[in-house]
Amino acid sequence: MVELLYLACGAAFIVGLKRLGSPRTARSGNRLAGVGMLAAIVITLVSEDIVNWMTVGAGLAVGAALGAWFAIRVQMTSMPEMVAAFNGFGGIASAFVAAVAVIEADLDSIAAETSVSIIVSLIVGSVTFTGSFVAFAKLKGLLPGRPLLFPGNNVVNAALGAGMIGSAIWGAVEAEPTGYWIAAGLALVIGVLGTLAIGGGDMPVVISLLNSFSGVAAAAAGFAIESNALIIGGALVGAAGLILTVQMTEAMNRSLANVLLSGFGSGGGSGAGPGGDSGSGDKPVNRATADDVAIALRYATSVIIVPGYGLAVAQAQHALRDLTNALEEQGISVQYAIHPVAGRMPGHMNVLLAEADVPYELLLDLEQSNPKFHRTDVVLIVGANDVVNTSARDDSGSLIYGMPILTVDAAARVIVVKRSLSPGFAGIDNPLFYESKTQMFFADAKAALEDTLTALKSL
Amino acid sequence: MNTLVVGITVFVLASFVGFELISKVPPTLHTPLMSGANAISGITIIGAITAAGLGGETLAELLGFFAVVMATINVVGGFLVTDRMLEMFKSKSDRDKSRNG
Repeated sequence: MVELLYLACGAAFIVGLKRLGSPRTARSGNRLAGVGMLAAIVITLVSEDIVNWMTVGAGLAVGAALGAWFAIRVQMTSMPEMVAAFNGFGGIASAFVAAVAVIEADLDSIAAETSVSIIVSLIVGSVTFTGSFVAFAKLKGLLPGRPLLFPGNNVVNAALGAGMIGSAIWGAVEAEPTGYWIAAGLALVIGVLGTLAIGGGDMPVVISLLNSFSGVAAAAAGFAIESNALIIGGALVGAAGLILTVQMTEAMNRSLANVLLSGFGSGGGSGAGPGGDSGSGDKPVNRATADDVAIALRYATSVIIVPGYGLAVAQAQHALRDLTNALEEQGISVQYAIHPVAGRMPGHMNVLLAEADVPYELLLDLEQSNPKFHRTDVVLIVGANDVVNTSARDDSGSLIYGMPILTVDAAARVIVVKRSLSPGFAGIDNPLFYESKTQMFFADAKAALEDTLTALKSL
Repeated sequence: MNTLVVGITVFVLASFVGFELISKVPPTLHTPLMSGANAISGITIIGAITAAGLGGETLAELLGFFAVVMATINVVGGFLVTDRMLEMFKSKSDRDKSRNG
């Protein structure tokens, strides 16, 4: 009976996820999944022989208060960090569940598959925990975004991995708890080192992969405690996270191994500090002022905006919305082209623009945007760089060669709002900035858009 | 069938369902989707409750307590923040309605 009730919760997750797939039904889908979760918690409280009510109640209360506080206070621009942090909490929870199983179980008599499940949950949960919090620190700017590599770091990681698997096998075969704890400790270290070695620009992929991991950890915990609800929920998330990860690496034309192991962004643009003097700093660019931009926009009939992470950093989404509203009032068609890896999380730009009241129909993805650029008068790029870097298309020697880009140079005119000429997260110079049809407006995104709106109104 | 085989069956089928559901989602929803899926992975909370509540050793109870706290943050925070995001997603007709009203 209890199993059937849990099955209903699993069904709620599946239907909820399905409804999350369309903008009209997404909110109800999320709520349905939430109700399923609440039901699962209630069923557990009622059906298990709970004796430590104080402990459980206090844990639920503290967790709910903290979770709600984080969720209500977080700004939409910080969503990638928030998801990373929640993910880390989920991962460590699964690892703790497995750790309790190690302490409580009679290791001599448990089945082999149970010890394997415990180990997987312990290891994957631990990697998810430290990996997520390093990703959090990188996104938050607490750690440098560039890959932190040391000589032979892949060898060290491989050795740690081998040690982890070795001690896990020792722990399982000899029924020795110490083996489990060493494996978990090494997993924590691997999560740190592995994520430190990945550049900040690749954090979206990392978050998505760790999301998948947290699902795997939950599913493994489900095998360990023989709970189908955990297995269903964990497997769903494991698969969902994996598919998003693969879609993202495809959008960058790179393999997952390349993202995780290559230290991407540390080479290539070696001289590419904030000054951006990587050999092209003396090439001339066309500079534009707010008045120039306002005039160009005012006399256009179709405008496409390409937002990037700079928009989020500057909190400029509302200023952008005000500007585009003013353009729409003049009868100018405005749409937004969103690259799959724009921002620090897939779909992050869409959330920011939704926050600023931009209807989702105006947001175009890569396949929808590229055929439109040659019929577009002005492309306004706000805080984006790598996703419009023409060297990905034209320069077979470029590090990002082959990555699908928004082909904005097909438009009649390109205006780039950017703080400086510095290369983006990938550290690669962008030839688009030096083209004759391109104008550079060097300013903070928010100030630039507000000044442009003022200039537009005085035309 | 023993529980292991049942478990593996459930795992494989649920994974396929996950793949099928997610591969068709438009990019515009990827952030809320990830955040919502993340909240679902907090299902480990039911394992955490059992670990904390069944009256084992003190260390187990302590670890169980932290597991419940962490999992609850994941669940409550995850679903709430996803709801906050999705509340903002509006279609053109929604926007025009709210502008005129």
